[in-house]
Amino acid sequence: MPSVMIRKSDSGVLLFYVAKKDMEETIATVETDTAESWGGEVELTDGSKWYVDPISPPPVFPTTLRFKRAE
Amino acid sequence: MANLTREETLDLIQEVLEVYPEKAKKDRAKHLAVNDQSIEQSKKCITSNRKSLPGVMTVRGCAYAGSKGVVWGPIKDMIHISHGPVGCGQYSRAGRRNYYVGMTGVNTFGTMNFTSDFQEKDIVFGGDKKLAKLIDEIEGLFPLNKGISVQSECPIGLIGDDIEAVSKKKAKELEKPIVPVRCEGFRGVSQSLGHHIACDSIRDWVIGNRDGDDSFQTTPYDVAVIGDYNIGGDAWASRILLEEMGLRVVAQWAGDGTLAEIELTPKVKLNLIHCYRSMNYISRHMEEKYGIPWMEYNFFGPTKIAESLRKIAACFDETIQAGAERVIAKYEAQYAAVIDKYRPRLEGKRVMLYVGGLRPRHVIGAYEDLGMEVVGTGYEFAHNDDYDRTIKDMSDSTLLYDDVTGYEFEEFVKRIKPDLIGSGIKEKYIFQKMGIPFRQMHSWDYSGPYHGYDGFAIFARDMDMTINNPCWAKLHAPWLADQAAQSEQQEPKRASA
Repeated sequence: MPSVMIRKSDSGVLLFYVAKKDMEETIATVETDTAESWGGEVELTDGSKWYVDPISPPPVFPTTLRFKRAE
Repeated sequence: MANLTREETLDLIQEVLEVYPEKAKKDRAKHLAVNDQSIEQSKKCITSNRKSLPGVMTVRGCAYAGSKGVVWGPIKDMIHISHGPVGCGQYSRAGRRNYYVGMTGVNTFGTMNFTSDFQEKDIVFGGDKKLAKLIDEIEGLFPLNKGISVQSECPIGLIGDDIEAVSKKKAKELEKPIVPVRCEGFRGVSQSLGHHIACDSIRDWVIGNRDGDDSFQTTPYDVAVIGDYNIGGDAWASRILLEEMGLRVVAQWAGDGTLAEIELTPKVKLNLIHCYRSMNYISRHMEEKYGIPWMEYNFFGPTKIAESLRKIAACFDETIQAGAERVIAKYEAQYAAVIDKYRPRLEGKRVMLYVGGLRPRHVIGAYEDLGMEVVGTGYEFAHNDDYDRTIKDMSDSTLLYDDVTGYEFEEFVKRIKPDLIGSGIKEKYIFQKMGIPFRQMHSWDYSGPYHGYDGFAIFARDMDMTINNPCWAKLHAPWLADQAAQSEQQEPKRASA
């Protein structure tokens, strides 16, 4: 259950940053990304999948969330 | 010597790895790579931030070095206690040349060494009482200090002293910030974790000190310079450019910085990071907590400076954008003269770098402005995000080496035969004795500043002074002069000025 900081990059994509692992990846897809809520299964460009319970209303980035490994 | 092709470079890596035992070979192979600009993510070609291999020579530091030496040390009006045995503080004292203004020993303490000088009895009975006594002594002798940080050395973690409790108690007594930093040297694989721990301690103990206090007059043009340690005056050479374009520099982290500047940083509009590796942590925190955006910039060499100034200006309104153009135009004659003078003397020279932090990628632009080429680069303690940024700055099929060992570096140099090596004091004399011009790129070889337009002039002069120094032709004994002349003929001459 790492703490993950989600922030927007200059180009507008969401970055997935795990401070403890010094891992910074781009988020490829988010399961739920609507005006009401944000979250669910998140897939990164390296293929790994992470899960966070959908948050509503959608959080303001940057923010730190606790993710779980999906699968 | 012509540049190597991709295959030749791969062969070279294989050849160098040949001497290692099987297991070591497998491990080290992951840390050596040939640059390929088409790769987006460095983790596909190079492994970094891993434990050094036992038995090989590494030049890495420890977490204490990263915290006390890099992040906390330059904050000039605080006293940084090296808590533990005397050596760690004494041998690193004032070694990094973080320049500052102030009266040392009165209101600034940058080059002084404060230590609790642990003895056997402190290890056996614990050092908390000693720390409390030391803080009282400091307060008596140096009443103008603005705060104290306690930088743990290895034994503190091993014997389980509670420096947090002592710090809290004393902070209440003295009404000054006293920051315990758990940067014991054994933590992590290099100084990099020390940077992280230090940034976290700033986050936890300092950065929120002035939350809710709006007495500080802000302007829309407030910025903070983060990760510039003012080595040889670097931060000053950077700061004037920012000020000339109309920005107000509220804080310098950490070179020539003060505790008050650090506390006021959450009030700025933009954080400018020079050394990404050591201070991205705190910038990310400020982005999340205070909504301050951050951006990286590079003040080495006129091309990168102009690029960075424009990028910084783009975050502000037209007056600043006009200011950036004004600054670039103002210095144009100055840097053009530098290039005109030195480029003919340095054109085509090949450089290998092995430094830490930001320099293995940031100085590439400055060398290119002088017509030189960087053919190999590597970091002591980088993480993959640093290599992500490096790949784009280096040309294809150049060499990348992470946490290179003494043996590998020497072998690479023997084969690639660069005209200049930029690394640290531990490598300097080996390569000078091999007859290769060398500059220390940690301390600028006691020169500097190298940042900014003013620094570029000094940088160009220093590189010329080193490469075209007549001494390199005198390295062979007179009775071996014939032999030396022959080998000189085989390869193009290095220096004749």
